[in-house]
Amino acid sequence: MPQRELAGDASPARPHLHAVPGGERDAGSPEGHVLIDMPERQDAEDPLRAGLRAVAEAEDPAPAVEREPSAGDRPGRVRALWTAAWPKLAAAAMALALWELVVLSGWRPEYVLPGPGAVLARLWTDLLAGDIGVAAAITMKRALLGYAIAMVAGVSLGLVLARVKVLRTAAGSLLTGLQTMPSVAWFPLAILLFQLSEAAILAVVVLGAAPSIAIGLLTSTDQVPPLLVRAGKVMGARGFALYRHIIIPAALPGFVAGLKQGWAFAWRSLMAGELLVIIGHAPSIGVRLQFSRELSDAEGLLAWMLVVMVLGVLVDSLVFGALERKIREGRGLTAEHA
Amino acid sequence: MSAALPHVPLSLLSPSPAPVALRLDGVTKRHGAGGDAVVALDTMSFTVKKGEFVCVVGASGCGKSTMLNLVAGLDTPSAGKVTVAGERPALMFQESALFPWLSVEENVAFPLQMQGLSRKARTERVAELLRLVHLEKFARRRPHELSGGMKQRVALARALAQQAELLLMDEPFAALDAMMRDHLHSELEALWQKTGLTVVFVTHNVREAVRLGDRVLLLSSRPGRLVAEYQVDLDRPRRIESPEVARMARTITDHLLEAARAAA
Repeated sequence: MPQRELAGDASPARPHLHAVPGGERDAGSPEGHVLIDMPERQDAEDPLRAGLRAVAEAEDPAPAVEREPSAGDRPGRVRALWTAAWPKLAAAAMALALWELVVLSGWRPEYVLPGPGAVLARLWTDLLAGDIGVAAAITMKRALLGYAIAMVAGVSLGLVLARVKVLRTAAGSLLTGLQTMPSVAWFPLAILLFQLSEAAILAVVVLGAAPSIAIGLLTSTDQVPPLLVRAGKVMGARGFALYRHIIIPAALPGFVAGLKQGWAFAWRSLMAGELLVIIGHAPSIGVRLQFSRELSDAEGLLAWMLVVMVLGVLVDSLVFGALERKIREGRGLTAEHA
Repeated sequence: MSAALPHVPLSLLSPSPAPVALRLDGVTKRHGAGGDAVVALDTMSFTVKKGEFVCVVGASGCGKSTMLNLVAGLDTPSAGKVTVAGERPALMFQESALFPWLSVEENVAFPLQMQGLSRKARTERVAELLRLVHLEKFARRRPHELSGGMKQRVALARALAQQAELLLMDEPFAALDAMMRDHLHSELEALWQKTGLTVVFVTHNVREAVRLGDRVLLLSSRPGRLVAEYQVDLDRPRRIESPEVARMARTITDHLLEAARAAA
């Protein structure tokens, strides 16, 4: 790159340079060896600028361009996948081994605490029979509906509290109280108000998740660097534009963390709700858990527990994990994990 | 042109000054209220001509940043008046203050977007600005992928995008290494000469002030007061290590130390 620029600068501006016998360097010229660094000298027009350009080029972290392997780099992708997957697989295997050890120790008879082999086999048959699909569909539908309502409620509440200082002072601690209150404690009231219905479950799911989402929004807007807000204001972002272009994007990582926590609370509330509020014609995951216990079907119970866990992990990593990773990578906040 | 002039009395001609880009008239700023109010700026008055490069130096606590906030319209004076020519001034900080969720080109486009420029006009202007700071190859990068010097160049391009007549700079190169700083001094000087911009450059580095400024204003600390003013009549482009710059910087530094001793 510098060569191109030097050639471009030199030829029109300094005609006398063409007299320099570049091609005749080896023709016995006493200055032959000096000519090698002539191009640098030719730029005497502006040595400072040339030097500065050199500094600038040296500054450019150009190698970063080549760092990423191309998309078609199959072995690289497989290896990356494996690097990410093996610790998780190993952890799962260890957990199963530990479980098996407890069973083998004879601490409880096998009809009360079956081993992983039996439970996984049961899981497989239930999966094939379609029971798990049906139950997961019912439960996930409730979860998504409740979470969607909680998101709208939480975001609206958070925005209002963020804008109106008095309200925040008044309602801030109430919100924390709501968040720390175990959602199971809401069920007696919810059942009184809505009977044993979907509405009772939804109400508690929303109450469980919305405070976390609102608090996430509030704290994340609090932590927006004042310098960015100043910069935005100087460039003419005021009022709504300031929120839209500066505060909301700057607060996004914290907000997503709040969303994630909200999801965890929603999921827990939902499980509690499905155990307490049994709706006969809707065989949800909670209902299946409860029935397994009533029938002393330990294998089934553990299999359904695994379903709860796997669903939770899947949503957490596929939805929130991916979202967080994308945001963090875009801003260079990637901790070197996994 | 001069034919019409003889009829005009001289008294009216003499104050025909160069247009003013910035004027402070007895500006005072107090932080806090009542008994524990701190005077950050004390009846400060000065004028910056259009196209002038003025450096403001002073020890910490001299109210440099307070002054810039007032000029940038981020704060209002307790007394006195700040007059700025043209639109809202552009402001550059010690940290780049780039938006980490936007790419380099989107960052530079931001003020244009706020001014309501069309996407097409923005794209063209941004490309031009990035060429100006030699970063056209990095348009799609995110700020975290850039070095400190490159970030400040993006911040400079973003400030220039505002097309303000007045560019305020708050120790913009203080966090950079000496080599990069030298480099950016030259770039800034060249850009200033090319654009005819008015620059108010705050720094605690006296040599930097002499290297860049047409004029150097010296502020005292607590409260911030204008104590001296130096005209820098050295040829450009200057070099920070030149003896002339060093000599002048030494005079100013001596004065600064004297003022600090007097205050203590």
